[in-house]
Amino acid sequence: MIGDLVKGLATTVRYMFRKPITVQYPDVKRPVRERFKGRHELKRFENGMERCIGCSLCSAACPADAILVVPAENDPATPNSPGERYAATYEINMLRCIFCGYCEDACPTNAIVLEHQYELSFYDRRTSIYTKDMLLVPEDQGHGEIPPVLEQVHRRPSPPAQMDL
Amino acid sequence: MTTLSIPSPRDIIGPAERGETENMVLNMGPHHPSTHGVLRLVVELDGETVVDVAPDIGFLHTGIEKTMESKTYQKALVMTDRMDYLAPLSNNLSYVLAVEKLLECEIPVRAQTARVLLTELTRIGSHLVWLGTHALDLAAMSVFLYAFREREQILDIFELVSGARMMTSYFRVGGLAYDLPADFIPTVKQFIDTFEPRVDEYEDLLTNNPLWLERTVDVGKISTADAIAFGLTGPALRATGIAYDLRKMTPYTGYETYDFDVPIGQNGDIYDRYLVRIAEMRQSLGIVRQAYDRLIEMGPGPYQTADRKVAPPPKSEITHSMESLIHHFKLWTEGFKPPRGDAYICIESPRGMMGTYVVSDGGPRPYRVHFRAPSFVNLQALPHMARGRFMADLVALIASLDPVLGEVDR
Ligand code: SF4
Ligand code: SF4
Repeated sequence: MIGDLVKGLATTVRYMFRKPITVQYPDVKRPVRERFKGRHELKRFENGMERCIGCSLCSAACPADAILVVPAENDPATPNSPGERYAATYEINMLRCIFCGYCEDACPTNAIVLEHQYELSFYDRRTSIYTKDMLLVPEDQGHGEIPPVLEQVHRRPSPPAQMDL
Repeated sequence: MTTLSIPSPRDIIGPAERGETENMVLNMGPHHPSTHGVLRLVVELDGETVVDVAPDIGFLHTGIEKTMESKTYQKALVMTDRMDYLAPLSNNLSYVLAVEKLLECEIPVRAQTARVLLTELTRIGSHLVWLGTHALDLAAMSVFLYAFREREQILDIFELVSGARMMTSYFRVGGLAYDLPADFIPTVKQFIDTFEPRVDEYEDLLTNNPLWLERTVDVGKISTADAIAFGLTGPALRATGIAYDLRKMTPYTGYETYDFDVPIGQNGDIYDRYLVRIAEMRQSLGIVRQAYDRLIEMGPGPYQTADRKVAPPPKSEITHSMESLIHHFKLWTEGFKPPRGDAYICIESPRGMMGTYVVSDGGPRPYRVHFRAPSFVNLQALPHMARGRFMADLVALIASLDPVLGEVDR
């Protein structure tokens, strides 16, 4: 009986001399996997054009009804996107969003991509609505690191295992 | 059949309000760490002895079944993650199997094997949470920390395949959401190689520990007949000595081709439930190993059905095929329409028999979805087991039934 207690104690004592595996968040951030679904970004083509053509498919696919797309016709002289239309308004309500990635799966042009930022917080409901300015990657950041064709699934290779076990 | 009564909270509060009872009435929960969620228990106490106890549920009711009626079949899937949030992939599986039965669609072997592998990982992950919190409730802190370390590895695998640690939605009607990534195999290998000694470690800490035995052996016993009468399933039923496991009884997803045993107990007490779940973790690891070997052997292949009316085409196709583009748009806006009829599928979730009943009226949205939630049914047996025990045993009993309140209330 005592022997069994000692056996248990030996296990815990052994752990006292091991390196802890706790990650000291927020000082240390655990890297996420490649497919991680975090904050959305609206991507651009290499030439700086918006990928989004305002088709509203993401909004139709969203199980939480979190997306609002209001399309508008492109001005042929200064088009926003290569198609006929573009998204004049693009809003995602981050309080409704469940980060399921259906919008990304549905988008025919890979415009909307769930990226790796996961620290989202807001003070009130109004600021929980992310507008197009917030979601669209800035023009000077090029096309925002997206694969040229639509194989979202095989995005960049994952980082190595995250835990030192 | 007085022994099988399930009191309502009113039965206990009523007499107390009229001053008809000498005993103390105590509220446990809904915000209590050891009720494992928002479960309220109305306990009638004579000193420290539980005279009667009535579970009061519904604090986490979110109307999941009703909400699913207003979503297309594919969109309704995301709700299932949120029922038993410790075993999202088991719920996904139960639901997609039911819808696939309605559609009569064939799933590629690779997807089936991946489904088996991931649901068994889910079982281990769920049992780890049970083990950690159960031990913590009985004041064994270290097991909790170790169990969560291993669970982290499992959640990491889920994040790797689906991009989400808990709300995976990875099994879709027709197969998988995406193909398994390239580094899936090495990551699973790492888990397989490290997990077995870890289970030995938990057993070192608990299995023969006199303090643990004192709290669990012969506590909360239930006979086989009573367990069946209460509709108990899962490890709690198997601990009474019946090898009732749906993976063996009515195999699905190809479980009949895997080699594993169904661990059973003898006494139906908390200790036997503990032993059964620990043994189940080892068995599940065995199944994971077999599925892993098969995945390596079969190499790459299709991960969803070729039926374009059910599963969307790969995105690379929609840029140059008009037909694919139309299928893609149709599926994401309207969804598919299964023929009129109904389907019931039950699978062995970590907690027991997880059933999904889907009725189709021929439209793109389910007419009705109902779940047979194992936690809900298992919870009925709690008053029966707790009567005459100490208040402290009640805490151990809740943990040993392992209810998930998201699933109880839905
Ligand atoms: S991630 Fe899901 S819930 Fe969020 S916006 Fe996209 S489809 Fe909607
Ligand atoms: S993000 Fe994609 S799916 Fe949504 S409106 Fe733009 S192009 Fe269409």
